[in-house]
Amino acid sequence: MSITVDSINKRFGSYQALNNVSLDIPEGKLTALLGPSGSGKTTLLRIIAGLESADSGRISFSGKDVTGVHVRDRNIGFVFQHYALFRHMTVAQNIAFGLDSLPRKQRPPKAEIKRRVSELLEMIQLPHMAQRFPAQLSGGQKQRVALARSIATRPKILLLDEPFGALDAKVRKDLRRWLRNLHDEFHFTSIFVTHDQEEALELSDQVVVMSQGNVEQVNEPTELYARPDSRFVFDFLGQVNVLSGDVKHSRLSLGSAWVTVPGIKHQGKAQLYLRPHEVRLATTPAANANLPLRIEAVSLIGSEVRIELRPEGWHSTGSDNIWEVGISHAEFNQQRPARGDLRYAVPEIGHLFTGEDTQPETVNWAEAESAPRVRLIN
Amino acid sequence: MRTSHSAQHRRVGDGPLIKWLLIGAAIVITTALLIMPLLVIFFEALGAGWGTLADNLLDQYTLHAIGLTLFVAALTVPLNLIFGTALAWLVTRFRFPGRKLLITLIDIPFAVSPVVAGLLYLLLYGRNGWVGSWLADYDVQLMFSWPGIVMVTVFVTCPFVARELIPLMQQQGSEEEEAGVVLGASGWRIFRTITLPNIKWALIYGVVLTNARAVGEFGAVSVVSGNIRGQTNTLPLHVELLYQDYNIVGAFASASLLAGIAVFTLAAKGFVEWRQARTLNRLQTEETA
Repeated sequence: MSITVDSINKRFGSYQALNNVSLDIPEGKLTALLGPSGSGKTTLLRIIAGLESADSGRISFSGKDVTGVHVRDRNIGFVFQHYALFRHMTVAQNIAFGLDSLPRKQRPPKAEIKRRVSELLEMIQLPHMAQRFPAQLSGGQKQRVALARSIATRPKILLLDEPFGALDAKVRKDLRRWLRNLHDEFHFTSIFVTHDQEEALELSDQVVVMSQGNVEQVNEPTELYARPDSRFVFDFLGQVNVLSGDVKHSRLSLGSAWVTVPGIKHQGKAQLYLRPHEVRLATTPAANANLPLRIEAVSLIGSEVRIELRPEGWHSTGSDNIWEVGISHAEFNQQRPARGDLRYAVPEIGHLFTGEDTQPETVNWAEAESAPRVRLIN
Repeated sequence: MRTSHSAQHRRVGDGPLIKWLLIGAAIVITTALLIMPLLVIFFEALGAGWGTLADNLLDQYTLHAIGLTLFVAALTVPLNLIFGTALAWLVTRFRFPGRKLLITLIDIPFAVSPVVAGLLYLLLYGRNGWVGSWLADYDVQLMFSWPGIVMVTVFVTCPFVARELIPLMQQQGSEEEEAGVVLGASGWRIFRTITLPNIKWALIYGVVLTNARAVGEFGAVSVVSGNIRGQTNTLPLHVELLYQDYNIVGAFASASLLAGIAVFTLAAKGFVEWRQARTLNRLQTEETA
């Protein structure tokens, strides 16, 4: 079932939670609604579910207008952030609730319900917990029970509100993988709300980035990361290093720091956005950039060594005046950069925002210049 | 070693003198003000033997007072049960202008002296009152008869159920009910299988308190009942009437009934409180888990 969101508006008092939002959610896909808190993503999910009503606009499932259909009759699965398990019912009773609530004519016989419940218990790998109460389960187990409960009536649409928000990192990762498998097996049209970029990019087929009640960008995860449309999306998707200054004669400068931008026509204010992996570190300034930075912290955890640096003699507007650069462990072992060392950032690929124009222009120094690529050389 | 010893000594409230002074004061005050009066009631009531007690309780007017009191409680409790549940549901599940004000207004019966409440009802619904004079044209008399007694009793006891439910329902939130409705349950099914089991003990607690107060209410009822023996005399009013008639044994016999109800209420309240504390504990451990 595809979902169409058509010019939805929602106000809470004087606060515009959703501002004329339109979206197409393709059938069978796993879509992430990504945004900071207050961006309206949960409100949108609740309006799609029917738990909240929009001030104006329409919601359709597979082309059929369901705006006026009660949440009870929309036949969707909904998973709440805090599980919302019925605390005085056992796990088995929780899972059976949707089936027990069906009108008499559609309700399967008792034995059939029992069979379905034990099937679902198998699926969530908790058959031994059938007679437990929610309070006796761990967070991850509760969320699996909540998922089983939401799909017991075999809905075509599954909506998840920050499903892993309250879980710790390890459980979160397991459940993510598990949800992906579940989705692939049952072919729901799923939407999940999250404020975690990593989760959205890793899990979904399509990401909808929201901010202040507006849809900022809709795209596949890889495309979204490679080509953010706006400053907001750039900022929100992972760490970014910013040089904000003035362009004069194809040189962007701020105080003592500068970068040459080949082939630029723009003059005046501009911001250069650089991802941590699009920057190299050198001990001397390069021909096309002079960005002195002092190392503040070195983090070895992960597949990459993360180095935090503070601009030396200039000021970066993003991320609390901190730049972040990722280097490989091999490079780290060679160079041994340490706290307090001075380094020069050498940009390889960057994204330039000029004036009010929100679409960035990609700048590629490695290609543009025939000069040998600058490596981290001591 | 030395520092830890002196640190122990400095702990607030740990002085043995203060501790025993407080314990002693508590014992003296509870004995003098709570336990002794209660013992005196039963002692006086049984002073002339079980036979006299039975005779006094089986007196025609006493029996009528008992009947009227139970009748009033039987009407008041279900009315306030429904009213309190609906009100708690309203203020915890919906957002609307004036909601905070409404929550404050629930407490008015606690803040106003019952006698004042009775007087207000008399002024409003009495034969010369604003509403009362209009009703009198239709030959409806509320004051100085049982409807008036029920009305003021409902007024005096209406906060108990709502007051018990509101904090609990606020803490539990409405997510479970939302989960129920998404799963296709009807409103009645949600109330019966999700809401009601979750608030059951708080509800029973509220009912116990409402009942105790409804049975024992004196001030408001004495203003609107007219004290007609055998007609509008509730048990608390009857106690006073007997006492004024110098029928001390009779007064104490009736009083012992009320005291008995009170003791029973306390026991029931203790049990329900214990159950409720267990539920709340579970809620909190669930939240921190």
